[in-house]
Amino acid sequence: MKERVRRIVMDHGRLSVASLSDADDLYRAGMTSHSSVNVMLALESEFDIEFPDEMLTRETFATIDAIVGAVGSLAGAA
Amino acid sequence: MAADDSPTPFRDELVARGHLIPSGQPGVFGRGDEFERVCTGFDRLVDDAVAPDGAERLRFPPLVPKLSIERVGYLKSFPDLIGAVFGFRGDEAEAAEMAQTAWEHGDWSGHLRQMDVTLTPAGCYPCYPAVAARGRLAADGALLDLGPCSVFRNEPSDDPARLQAFRMREVVRIGTPEQVLEWRERWMRRAQDVFARVELDADVDVANDPFFGRGGRMLAKNQRALQLKFEVLAPIATNAPTAISSFNYHQDHFGHAFGIERHDGEVAHSACLGFGLERVAMALMRRHGTDVGSWPSDVMRELRLDGPRP
Repeated sequence: MKERVRRIVMDHGRLSVASLSDADDLYRAGMTSHSSVNVMLALESEFDIEFPDEMLTRETFATIDAIVGAVGSLAGAA
Repeated sequence: MAADDSPTPFRDELVARGHLIPSGQPGVFGRGDEFERVCTGFDRLVDDAVAPDGAERLRFPPLVPKLSIERVGYLKSFPDLIGAVFGFRGDEAEAAEMAQTAWEHGDWSGHLRQMDVTLTPAGCYPCYPAVAARGRLAADGALLDLGPCSVFRNEPSDDPARLQAFRMREVVRIGTPEQVLEWRERWMRRAQDVFARVELDADVDVANDPFFGRGGRMLAKNQRALQLKFEVLAPIATNAPTAISSFNYHQDHFGHAFGIERHDGEVAHSACLGFGLERVAMALMRRHGTDVGSWPSDVMRELRLDGPRP
């Protein structure tokens, strides 16, 4: 799953760096609020999940690790 | 809804006093003489506050190229608020058909095609491509006084404070993040001084734009977490505080969208502030009464309502 998340972040995150570790701050790497919405929508489509309102925060999408955790909790609950 | 939570009694009072002139459409009003003098008086107070900074005065029409709306991603954030412009490009026979349908108050929209402009949804939009076209900014960036900008938002409402067509008195700062944020901080204090001069108790609070949909809720939370938007709030038609002024840090959103470069070649950041002129006039009427002649003399003097009419 991590590779699929990573690909979505690279495709939609408007990042200004080429390489990222799983713990790197994506906003610091160039992801904007608007591009984080695109990442969120792409994740929902890819994993057939829906982020509840309380998860639509900056923190949920701050790192690859955080996203993997969030997607995992939703996909696991489905 | 409790009766005192309804915005319509205050709207009806403004209409009865001749301050607002109904058009038959919600949120679309003409403005009476006295109401307009209050707007003008407040606009001049902002003039006085802007003047010491040496801002460059630019003025734009109430239309923007459709391309600008597309570049800033407006339809992703506010698809429900846009006012697109459509016009007729058909022949005489089709014109006759359209006119007949319109005469019968039928649906004549099928005869229209989208034009390459939209109504201006935010007063600052036209200035960014203009600044980008000049080439790189000077080291001290740019400071633009856009005056009262006519803007449109597609949100018909019974609340007189939620107009579809209104004027935002806009000032824009473009430069480095430090320049832009320092300017915004200074103006948030300055705006409270301006409101104090007209005896308006105005609270400042962090705020968010009415972004559309679920992605919009995320944008709104981000905007608040990063303190990108502040508003000055005052009661208008109800006791609920309503924004009468806002202070917005766009980060590099517009610099990126329109290719505005700082003197060092980096993407420029920007911030804007806006005073909603009609909302300020209504907040003053809520505070001091709709009979403008009975306002405190100091307030009358500040707004230049006590002297000979201009």
